[in-house]
Amino acid sequence: MEHWNDANERLFSFWLKVPVRMESDALMWVLGNIGFTAPWLLLGLIALPILWLLLRAVPPAPIRRRFPGVALLLGLADNESQTDRTPWWLLLLRLLAVAAVIIGFAGPVLNPQHARDGRGNLVILVDASWAGAGQWRDKMDRIDTLLSEASASDRRTAVISLTDLPDDDVPFASPNEWQNRLPNVQPQPWLPDQAAVEWFTGLDEDFETYWISDGLDWDGRENLLATLETKGNVTVFQTPRPIIGLRPAKFEDGEVLVSAVRTPVGTEIAPTITAVGTDPTGAVRQLATVPITFPAGEAVAETAMVLPPELRNRITRFETSGARSAGAVSLTDDSLKRREVALVAGSDEREALDLLSPLYYLREALDPTADLIEGTLEDILLANPDVLILADVATLTEDETAGIQEWVEKGGMLLRFAGPRLAASDLGRSSEDPLLPVRLRSGGRTIGGAMSWGEPKALAPFDQESPFFGLPVPNDVTVTSQVMAQPDPTLSERVIAELADGTPLVTRKITGEGQVVLVHVTANAQWSSLPLSGLFVQMLERLAVSTRPGTPEKEALEGTTWLPNKVLDAFGDLQDGTALPGVDGENLLDPVLGPDLQPGLYAGEDQQIAVNVIGPETMLNVAAWPARIAVEGLAITRETAMKGWLISAAIALLLVDVLASLAVGGRLRGPRADVAAALVLLLLAAPHAEAQDSGDEFAIRATSEVVLAHVLTGDQNTDDIAEAGLRGLSQTLFRRTAIEPADPIGVNIETDELAFFPFLYWPITPNQQLPSREAYTKLNRYLRTGGMIMFDTRDANTAGFGSGSPEGRKLQAIARSLDIPALEPVPSDHILTRTFYLLQDFPGRYNSRDVWVEAAPADAEQIPGMPFRNLNDGVTPVIIGGNDWTRAWAVDEYGNRMFPVGRGTAGEQQREYALRFGINVIMHVLTGNYKSDQVHVPDLLDRLGQ
Amino acid sequence: MTEPLALRSASEDLAAPLPPLLAEAEHLATTVLLGDHGRKRAGTGDTFWQYRPAQPYDEARSIDWRRSARSDANFVQDKEWQIAQSIILWVDQAASMTFASKNNPTKAERARTLALAAAILLIRGGERVGLTGLRLPPRRGEAQLLKMAQLLTQDDDVDYGTPDAQGMLPHSRALYVSDFLGDIQPVEDALLRAADRGVRGALLQVLDPQEEAFPFDGRTVFESMTGAIEHETLKAGDLKERYLERLAQRKDRLSYLARMTGWQFYTHHTEQNATAALLWLYGALERRK
Repeated sequence: MEHWNDANERLFSFWLKVPVRMESDALMWVLGNIGFTAPWLLLGLIALPILWLLLRAVPPAPIRRRFPGVALLLGLADNESQTDRTPWWLLLLRLLAVAAVIIGFAGPVLNPQHARDGRGNLVILVDASWAGAGQWRDKMDRIDTLLSEASASDRRTAVISLTDLPDDDVPFASPNEWQNRLPNVQPQPWLPDQAAVEWFTGLDEDFETYWISDGLDWDGRENLLATLETKGNVTVFQTPRPIIGLRPAKFEDGEVLVSAVRTPVGTEIAPTITAVGTDPTGAVRQLATVPITFPAGEAVAETAMVLPPELRNRITRFETSGARSAGAVSLTDDSLKRREVALVAGSDEREALDLLSPLYYLREALDPTADLIEGTLEDILLANPDVLILADVATLTEDETAGIQEWVEKGGMLLRFAGPRLAASDLGRSSEDPLLPVRLRSGGRTIGGAMSWGEPKALAPFDQESPFFGLPVPNDVTVTSQVMAQPDPTLSERVIAELADGTPLVTRKITGEGQVVLVHVTANAQWSSLPLSGLFVQMLERLAVSTRPGTPEKEALEGTTWLPNKVLDAFGDLQDGTALPGVDGENLLDPVLGPDLQPGLYAGEDQQIAVNVIGPETMLNVAAWPARIAVEGLAITRETAMKGWLISAAIALLLVDVLASLAVGGRLRGPRADVAAALVLLLLAAPHAEAQDSGDEFAIRATSEVVLAHVLTGDQNTDDIAEAGLRGLSQTLFRRTAIEPADPIGVNIETDELAFFPFLYWPITPNQQLPSREAYTKLNRYLRTGGMIMFDTRDANTAGFGSGSPEGRKLQAIARSLDIPALEPVPSDHILTRTFYLLQDFPGRYNSRDVWVEAAPADAEQIPGMPFRNLNDGVTPVIIGGNDWTRAWAVDEYGNRMFPVGRGTAGEQQREYALRFGINVIMHVLTGNYKSDQVHVPDLLDRLGQ
Repeated sequence: MTEPLALRSASEDLAAPLPPLLAEAEHLATTVLLGDHGRKRAGTGDTFWQYRPAQPYDEARSIDWRRSARSDANFVQDKEWQIAQSIILWVDQAASMTFASKNNPTKAERARTLALAAAILLIRGGERVGLTGLRLPPRRGEAQLLKMAQLLTQDDDVDYGTPDAQGMLPHSRALYVSDFLGDIQPVEDALLRAADRGVRGALLQVLDPQEEAFPFDGRTVFESMTGAIEHETLKAGDLKERYLERLAQRKDRLSYLARMTGWQFYTHHTEQNATAALLWLYGALERRK
């Protein structure tokens, strides 16, 4: 996926690179995007044809050879006479070399920079919407460059984010100050709107505008452009780049339908959609991936995922891989969740019609919105459904009762319907049955029948406390029979629906985390017409037996307040939203995103609504600019002097020429051929000189001694530092402990076997590749079988745990598919604090306390009088931190420290602690929780002075 | 230049493993000087051949009294007729022989070593060995070897050597060692003249591997070892085939001449082991007809 994106981006930036304007620059002559500092030298190219003729006339010099056999040669004439001229390809080679020299000395410069000379105030506008989040760093670099230029011509400058407008006036300041403030400009997960136009209309200053566009059209963009043009010159910076928006997923016919929209509409592309959710242990991971294919020329693509309900219910969001923006993420709310409902009816003693089956109406009502399970109670309880419906079931075995009770207390919902059997049984007569909300009176009652007095009873309007409150009560719903509740002090609070005469129709009891609900009539139309009405379905919905399809109706939302639970940032990452104010329910129906309504998950009373950046009907359009506006590419075109390259090319060509001349002159063969062949071989072989470590050698090297290993990131500098750091740690271990490690090894997680290493150090760089599926399998096996990986984001956790910094985000991306248990910051009694040294800090080059390890089991207890909890099992599979430990440990080949830590003695002390921490970690890896042994507690107590 | 002593010792080394080389004496009658070759007939010599009845022309002192005493007649002891063969060597010492490609000895060096080795073997076998021309008439004895080594180390400064048919004893044997790359006519003449005198022998052609392979390409000026002869070509590679053809023709011609005159012909390359060539020489000079 990343290939796709990169490739496209490169393609676009190549083809659509806006030509640099030809400026009348006295010093430089510009051709396309190449300029020449000494263009007159190019006239030398005219001399090339003359050179051609000259070279052509001069044949290669002959070799003189002493050869006794010459007597035999006398009189032999040459077959052809053409070789007395230099062959054309040799000529061409030489001409190219000469041309390269001439052009090289003419001083070609790729992407020559023109000083943007402008005067007066300068406003740099940034769209700063989600659409540009993927390219945010490029944008910031561009702005930085623009600011540098502005600072050279000393202009008053302001950087304004269109999604986050300044409160009052244009915040003009010196460009240097803005360069410092630049990190504060962040993209927002919504698009700019009309407010921006209004804000700019209100200004009376004149300024020149550089507009860094995200490439996505938005309402009012043209108006804003018109407004800005009245203020001064406008230059737009925009790189066309495919933007993909993910529309909310729908559930249809057992499939999850995912659709996406893109701009610009181009050739066929097939990004991958990933469903992300929690696994049973609570870790977030990828649940499914499916490619979504945009046919050529189509803006919208759709694909279907077929997932088992257990998996589907866990999906929290969909992501487009390779696109980092809020638009490429679609959060799911309850609308995708389908509850598992188990149906159990009393045994059928008679040959009944289907319509009389107690479950018929329930099936009809639930089937569209829930997944139904039928079977024996034992099996059903194993499947752990959300809801269990017992229709007229009176007799349950003791085991079953206990099982159901346990299940209810853990959050299950038991819904029972009455019926002849329940009425005839003694259930809940004398005392309250745990699986019935109320005590029942024997027999029940029948009204309005042939043998009874009175009219069939209608329903009373629902009480305000009732979950059914607000449902309209149809007049035609009547009840002819019911089971009666024994009057009780608790009865009134348990009734949630009653008949017009005040007798309970539905009662409910909260048990543990779950609830038990009894409907006092049958689930079929035998006792009442309730199952025939629409009210039945709505009531089931309200009881959360089935889920409501989609977003609630407008009326239902009116007047409600929804609290943001999680909100999306522009990069598509979820942030805590609990500090934000609640929003009106009406706004959620047709969300207009902005600072007041951020995309995210909003929680109502019993439901969550996802507000996504891309709605079900959203289309994306490319921002098109009128011809009068100069549009420049976003890519910062760095000036590249090509002189060196060209001269090198000329030298290389001349070297080739030497070989070719030798070949033509026959000197490559004959007596000196071996030398020449060796030379050629050497040239060819040089790039392949790197010897391959064979698998066996690697295994022997890794296993013959204890070896610390680091994961190769692909970034040479990082890898070198990691190696130097582990070398320093190895040396320290060698000197101070019984561990005598060999030289550290860099491990390629894709190709190398990991099982040899007790410990892997993994420095996180923002641009490292995600491991492949096979590598993840290997890593997970490694973690499960006792290996330890130490992740180091090396950013001092400046942005809190893993969130803000690019390294942190990369770490999250990498760790998503790893089998990492629940984590906690290293508690003060963690084994790491005392495996070799007694430590409470874990500094590296930075000294942040945020170092995370596997969380202790919740039931770990501290025995009174003991300083430590009883934690005797397991080595934490990961240590996550950002203290840049390897830099603190690093030594070069001569044993000198490579990087300074802190200042003066305090710094050296910090380095010492860093080394001690390293020793503790390796000790922990190799000895496990040996130090937790109680044997050492008295000594430790002494030393702790307790 | 090779020191005579060094040349001698190298040749001794080479000759050491072989049994003394006995040249065939073809014609008995014409050979004047005594040698070691039994002719399987009565004549002058040292070894006993047969008893025969004394004839009137036998001197009395030639009667073998011991044998005669056992019978009534007188017997004379005949000795086996023994002769020594003369072998004349010609080793090309011209400049062309000084050519050597990398890692190989010069042709002259190889030619001298082989010739002298053959001479050593022959002298040990009791033959008389000399050089063509009148420089060193055939003689036996170690002193002859020293003189021969001395003479063989002298270089000629002409490009190609021509064999000298002078001083060749009739019905003797001869050995010509050269590269035979120069004009073939003098060789032909010399051979025919030698054949006329009943001389049989061996032609040993010593060539450098480069002369056999012609591994050249490109624009080249070939010159002879003295620089007297030049040939320029623009594409040496094209000449290879025709050169090799000519070389083959030359060998054919030599081989033909050898067959015509009853000589033996062999081509030796300097990168090969010298012993092989010496073995061949041994066989060729030993061969009887």
